[in-house]
Amino acid sequence: MKAAVIVFPGINRERDMARTLKLVSGREPAMVWHADTALPAGTDLAVVPGGFSYGDYLRCGAIAARAPIMDAVRAFAAKGGLVLGVCNGFQILCETGMLPGVLMRNAGLKFICRNVYLRVERSDTPFTRGYNAGQVICVPTAHGEGNYVADADTIARLEGQGRVVFRYTSPEGTDSPEWNFNGATNAIAGIVNARGNVLGMMPHPENHVEAALGTTDGRGLFQGLVDHLAAAA
Amino acid sequence: MKAQVTVTLKSGILDPQGKAIEGALKSLGVGGVTSVRQGKVFDIEIADGDRADAEAKLKEAAEKLLANTVIENYRVEIES
Repeated sequence: MKAAVIVFPGINRERDMARTLKLVSGREPAMVWHADTALPAGTDLAVVPGGFSYGDYLRCGAIAARAPIMDAVRAFAAKGGLVLGVCNGFQILCETGMLPGVLMRNAGLKFICRNVYLRVERSDTPFTRGYNAGQVICVPTAHGEGNYVADADTIARLEGQGRVVFRYTSPEGTDSPEWNFNGATNAIAGIVNARGNVLGMMPHPENHVEAALGTTDGRGLFQGLVDHLAAAA
Repeated sequence: MKAQVTVTLKSGILDPQGKAIEGALKSLGVGGVTSVRQGKVFDIEIADGDRADAEAKLKEAAEKLLANTVIENYRVEIES
């Protein structure tokens, strides 16, 4: 897997992401600066990591979404390339218009940093083939603006097309407002675009891949991508 | 030329910050406040020239960056 991690000023999770990509795929990802205008030749996964690009000025992800490299990421996705956005990366992908909707301030107005539970809604995407549909995974989250909002038509379309791939649930996998800690519409934690090659999610699967940290529930996402690309090659 | 772009949340979009401010006003005893919605104002100076051109530029700025039109409306005003 030839991954490229996009680096913006103010991003702080790019090294966690690079470490995980190396650990799971065995190959060091390319770190690509925001002012660059092209992804390295042969890239098969572009990752927009988490952090606070441009200090969250204006709106989370708004300025990063207009950075020169994002034209290349958009073109890469348009050709079917796999794009993963985590946390600020999800906000950035929404701001570019590659994913619908927007991440608003958490309903309780607090920055929330803790482990959360996600139900994997489907296993037939490149991003979730490492899991079983209905499986519950425990991954950390750390954000102040993760409350997913879109107009009613968009939500209906996302749900109708099965594009909600991760949802906040209880540890048992049941829907419960108390576990939808940021107030996201329909407890949406992660969505894919219509073509299914762009995923945005708020929690951090890259931080739960090593047994030393207690659980490796995040590993399936990266292992699934490696397997998908190996099968496609 | 001086101009202002005002960005406000569309109706129907929840505004937890506005709600918190509304609550704070109530607890301060500021009576009669029935709703608060928070927005943004951009004070912009633009090189003197044609007013219609300036307005078009400001609209472009709002559409491309200042507002996220999924959730926000914007208004452009040029000082006469």
